Amino acid sequence: MADKTPLVEMKNISIAFGGIHAVEDVSVELFPGEVVALVGHNGAGKSTLIKILSGAYKRDSGEIFVNGERAQIANPRDAKRYGIETIYQTLALADNVDAAANLFLGRELMTPWGTLDDVAMESETRKVMGRLNPRFQRFKEPVSKLSGGQRQSVAIARAIYFNARILIMDEPTAALGPQETAQVSDLVRQLKKDGIGIFLISHDIHDVFDLADRVVVMKNGQVVGTARPGEVTEDDVLGMIILGKCPPGATPGPGALQVAA
Amino acid sequence: MADATSQAPSQGASHAQTGAVARFLKATELDTRMLGMLGALALIWIGFHLLSGGLFLTPRNLWNLSVQSASVAIMSTGMVLVIVTRNIDLSVGSLLGFVGMVMGVTQAEILPDILGFGHPAIWLVALAVGVLTGALIGALHGYIIAFLGVPAFIVTLGGLLVWRGAAWWVTSGRTVAPMDATFRLMGGGPDGAIGAFWSWVVGLAACAAIILLLIQGRRQRRKFNFPLRPLWAEAFLGIVGSALVLGAVAVANSYPWPIGIVRRYAEANNIVIPEGGMFIAHGIAIPVLMALGVGVVMTFLTLRTRFGRYVFAIGGNPEAAELAGINTRWVVMKIFILMGVLASISSAITTARLNAATNAAGTLDELLVIAAAVIGGTSLGGGVGTVAGAMIGAVLMQSLASGMVLLGIDTPLQNIVVGAVLVLAVWLDTLYRRRVK
Repeated sequence: MADKTPLVEMKNISIAFGGIHAVEDVSVELFPGEVVALVGHNGAGKSTLIKILSGAYKRDSGEIFVNGERAQIANPRDAKRYGIETIYQTLALADNVDAAANLFLGRELMTPWGTLDDVAMESETRKVMGRLNPRFQRFKEPVSKLSGGQRQSVAIARAIYFNARILIMDEPTAALGPQETAQVSDLVRQLKKDGIGIFLISHDIHDVFDLADRVVVMKNGQVVGTARPGEVTEDDVLGMIILGKCPPGATPGPGALQVAA
Repeated sequence: MADATSQAPSQGASHAQTGAVARFLKATELDTRMLGMLGALALIWIGFHLLSGGLFLTPRNLWNLSVQSASVAIMSTGMVLVIVTRNIDLSVGSLLGFVGMVMGVTQAEILPDILGFGHPAIWLVALAVGVLTGALIGALHGYIIAFLGVPAFIVTLGGLLVWRGAAWWVTSGRTVAPMDATFRLMGGGPDGAIGAFWSWVVGLAACAAIILLLIQGRRQRRKFNFPLRPLWAEAFLGIVGSALVLGAVAVANSYPWPIGIVRRYAEANNIVIPEGGMFIAHGIAIPVLMALGVGVVMTFLTLRTRFGRYVFAIGGNPEAAELAGINTRWVVMKIFILMGVLASISSAITTARLNAATNAAGTLDELLVIAAAVIGGTSLGGGVGTVAGAMIGAVLMQSLASGMVLLGIDTPLQNIVVGAVLVLAVWLDTLYRRRVK
């Protein structure tokens, strides 16, 4: 894979909030059709890192390359222009409007007269939701009235509808039951087959170990190391998360625990 | 795929259990909250009618009520957007006063020197200056709120004091009068109404619009295979809607000009007044037409444009709106610009009606406007509200006020009642929302 151009390359990214280094000199890359899991404790800097990629935060230093070219990402709109779609941990849905309005928020379909084409938007929403969650029928209701799983599928629909090339999923299964979790896993595999690169963020290694091609472990804002699930065990990864100890099968990063010399 | 999913019933609720009323509401897709408000309004009207011995539901009183409601109704449509985005505007009353002074001085003291007294363009220039002033002040408020991050409550509280003071400074407290004759038409009165014929024209146009909207909506739904309303429900909506419009026109058209004005009119036009007097109807008042126009435009803006969609999304979840790529600050600033423009329009109506610009015009209007929006179903928590609801809220507030005047209730007691009704209305609304959830 080393000879291929990464879909996304984040190089030496740092961001600090009032003196606290939330993300410090982190470099990660993502190839087409690859699932990279970003794991670590709460507060390890995973969500902050991907919010830089999705344009929600502005990095202090470092560079982002998309398809080998330097990308200017200053706000969420920029990120979307590069085909980077994000499913946030909070889902980031406007609770008071319906599924279609959320799906097309910021990218509304318009009639030739420049007005909102609600009918067309609802029709498209029915199509994409029919694929994701065939039993979903509550198109006219504000999303605040939907169940956790239904809200999740609206957020996912929004991310995949616009032909994302890079998908960021922040704790995608945190609010879901076992059946819905399995559904999300199936979806990830299907999107992977389509050549979409996926960042999967989780604080629980069990959720992502089977899905990920590579696991990047973060601790205190730094990368502890990168490992391939075939070459290390879940316990090894747990050791990386908790202790910052890099096992033999993994590539250590700047945040790895320095073994007493 | 779309066919398979869209043909299914939209809800899993058991149809057998729902009663006739529920079935009716479902078929017509009417908003129950709005119906409740109209019911409350009807109750208040009938109550005052009985208590006043048949004085309330007369063409004359209803016509005056419509004119008196116009100013607050116009501003309340903008306040809906302000409150939906979790802001507040306490400065609209002062803004109305200041803009009124600016328009008054422009048309009574500046323009006659430049254009000549009674020049036909005076009213238009004065109105344009007023609207521009309002827009600039709104832009200033909006900029400070959205881009400098000062809470709207503080910015507009400051605005309340600043613009009331500024209104005084324009002429050092002197009242400016009289207003331009054409400008005065915006205030209503026998001249400021469009007469019977044009009222019917407006009414019929509105009926045609209602029917066209229903047909267009049905066509759109069929095109995308969405569930349609039953035909009887469509017919019901069309007939009731048209009947209400024509009924309102009929009321406006059965309020005649006072005898004195008829006599002057007859003399001016060399008409001999027949025995038993001459009936010349007022028709719809111009300020009311302006308010209805604003209502239509604002409804369109909130429901059919990107701007409106963003306003509600920001109200529902500001962070989500930001993450969806919406320039939320600019949207908020635009809302305050709009609020300034609407306050200017209201100011024109108030100033024209008074035929004078005074620095006290619009005092405490901000509270009436906020109350109208809130009674009309706008949630102070943000994200919820309708333009039509706020306008009905404005009429409701005005109905209470003029009803109590009709009954001869003392002013202090009037305030007590209005205040209590405001709290009661919001409490009932809270109960309603909790039950709906």
